[in-house]
Amino acid sequence: MMLSRVANSIYWMSRYLERAENVARFIDVNTHLMLDLGLSVEETQWYPLIATSGDDEGFKKRYSVADEKSVVRFLTFDEKNPNSILSSIFRARENARTVREIIPVEVWEKINELYHLTQAHSRKRSVEALADYYTEVRQSGNLFSGMMINAMSRGDGWHFARMGQLLERADKTARLLDVKYFLLLPRGQQVDSPYDNVQWGAVLKSVNALEMYRQEYHSINYRDVTEFLLFSKLFPRSLRFSLDYAALALSNICAEQPVTCPALTEMGLLTQSLHQADTESIIASGLHEFIDVFQAKLNLVDQSIYESFFEN
Amino acid sequence: MSLESYKTDGFFDELFESDGVPHAAAAALIEQLDALSRADLKRRQKTAEDILYQSGNTFNVYGDKKGTEKILPFDIIPRLVSSTDWERLEKGIAQRIHALNLFIQDIYNDQKIIKDKVVPADMIFSSACYLKPCEGLKPPKGVWTHISGTDFVRAGDGEFYVLEDNLRCPSGISYVLENRAVLKRILPKAFQTLKVRPVSHYGDHLYKTLKHIAPDGKDDPVIVVLTPGIYNSAYFEHAYLAQQMGVPLCQNSDLIVEDNIVYMRTTRGLKQVDVIYRRIDDEFIDPTVFRKDSLLGVPGIMNAYRKGNVALANAPGTGIADDKAIYTYVPKIIKYYLGEEAIAQNVPTYICEDDKERDYVLANLDKLVVKAVNLSGGYGMLIGPKSTKAEQKEFAEKIKAAPRDYIAQPTLSLSRAPTLIGNGIEGRHVDFRPYSLYGEEIFTLPGGLTRVALKKGSLVVNSSQGGGSKDTWVLGEGEDFGGGV
Repeated sequence: MMLSRVANSIYWMSRYLERAENVARFIDVNTHLMLDLGLSVEETQWYPLIATSGDDEGFKKRYSVADEKSVVRFLTFDEKNPNSILSSIFRARENARTVREIIPVEVWEKINELYHLTQAHSRKRSVEALADYYTEVRQSGNLFSGMMINAMSRGDGWHFARMGQLLERADKTARLLDVKYFLLLPRGQQVDSPYDNVQWGAVLKSVNALEMYRQEYHSINYRDVTEFLLFSKLFPRSLRFSLDYAALALSNICAEQPVTCPALTEMGLLTQSLHQADTESIIASGLHEFIDVFQAKLNLVDQSIYESFFEN
Repeated sequence: MSLESYKTDGFFDELFESDGVPHAAAAALIEQLDALSRADLKRRQKTAEDILYQSGNTFNVYGDKKGTEKILPFDIIPRLVSSTDWERLEKGIAQRIHALNLFIQDIYNDQKIIKDKVVPADMIFSSACYLKPCEGLKPPKGVWTHISGTDFVRAGDGEFYVLEDNLRCPSGISYVLENRAVLKRILPKAFQTLKVRPVSHYGDHLYKTLKHIAPDGKDDPVIVVLTPGIYNSAYFEHAYLAQQMGVPLCQNSDLIVEDNIVYMRTTRGLKQVDVIYRRIDDEFIDPTVFRKDSLLGVPGIMNAYRKGNVALANAPGTGIADDKAIYTYVPKIIKYYLGEEAIAQNVPTYICEDDKERDYVLANLDKLVVKAVNLSGGYGMLIGPKSTKAEQKEFAEKIKAAPRDYIAQPTLSLSRAPTLIGNGIEGRHVDFRPYSLYGEEIFTLPGGLTRVALKKGSLVVNSSQGGGSKDTWVLGEGEDFGGGV
């Protein structure tokens, strides 16, 4: 039992932190991809990051070219982009501020520190100058998760935080695959060529999945990487894993409810559709399209969570 | 860093007897400070500031678009209070709070003290803090001011004088607790040498105080802290106290009153609330009773309170007893209800509403401190010896226009305490606010907030006017000494 407003805040605190961490992962994967492609500075592609973010309209309104400077600014420090790292961390902190009486004090301090760190770097515009900062953002995500795991009682507060984190992760892991999809391959390079496979390795690396993937599939190719990141039952950043455990968190919350909650039904529909999907047909009809549909369903779940617990 | 050359400049000093010679109780602390190099002291000061910044007890710098945040300035050199001084302060505070609660109960009920002509009727009824809707209220167990903080200054004679009774849920206790937590990390050795009384049990005492006033039959009451929200300057403290007690921190939108019962909205539906530690001012707490334009309050909460379905701490209406003009009557109030002489002394105060006293004030504006009776935070104040002719003229006009709104006091030579300034240690003026809880009995936390005017020569300690804070160490072994600080 907890205040509805507080449940809402802890859910979003967790979602925004996961979001910030994933933007840092996006930038990281793009950097690795381009290094592996051997592109020169002039040939460097930044547009895929915008295309996959889902915020390309917002970007085009205020930026004329998708070069390093503007993309870094847009994704990292742009206050007008609601999904930039800065915006996400700012909102995570505002939410944490309203729930600080129920989260471990170290969690609040870490988020607070991350916010100040972001402010301190906010004038930088190149990935190279920001490399340590992006690493720090990713590490903070791990620290946050670790502190929650080790210091938070497994009550409703925990379940809401966990659910927020996992729903966000499911969405972002899918989009990370999309970055590679949008990247234009230089002439002469083919899908499933050795170069192509090296790049899929980079995608796995950016979600710390390379070792776990190899144990299951041993060699790298487009189909298997897609299957692993979408459908692995065991890997903690895959869509399937994220959703299964988000559903578990939700059912823990609903177990204590006097009536059946509608969010459980929506969540059930989403997990079911994921369990029924298969890699071949997704590749055939397009990964990008699959992700868009998936995200629309995710929004329905989010909406019904809002109506079930936060709105009253 | 040697303190041999420390100068008291003729002021009463909290750590030094005279130039370079510490009070007996402070000798061990001074010896330890002496042993630290200048660089080491500065490094520790910096570390303390970093810890406080990281904890997030910060405020936004006004007008700064970049969202720069600052902490309340903190000085690592603690202020000490000897056990003899503390014993006397504790008794004086308990006596005052006891009498003031009887006074408030009387004022809103039988008004005997007015009928007996000890306090003039128009002093009460002309006060903006007298709340008509509180007439006839009888709070649970007769306690109105569950949480209070008494402001003291120490004058040139070394005596503590009460400056203000803050009976409307004063803020600042989170600084007391945080400052202590920081200093335990910064000067651990000093704690081992001096017997410093603990403050960390404040949260437990606060919880017990609130539980004590729960409606009858509620053995496991639902207690909440009510805050105006995250944009309130004391929000950190509200969250901090909720956390210390492990209770929900509510905003008004979380609460709803139905059939005179207060509920909070939870993920599992409505849940009844029994006790509210509210950090919203009286005028804003219920728009159906007080200010109709209040967006912070909970409509209907006063009726629920009157019916005894929910307890509020503090009770509404307590402002009548900390009005700066009523303050002058406190010694008489103590005598009237308790038949005792006041232990804690008042600063001599002139009431501008009194013709004779007003004439004196107007003739001596350059020597006196003039205060608006219903403002705090160092606003609406004239410090005579530091004011210009124009400012004095402005205040003369204000006093003549609304004499009830002003009081005046002689300019006290406030005590000073050694403070880290730039590369050295210099004396700066301080005041002192211990915090009390009135539950089953009156408990004053052995410690408190020492505010320090960081500007050289300044007498204004308010944070809005360049003040900072210090940790306050009450020495000796109290009954509550449970090991650990």
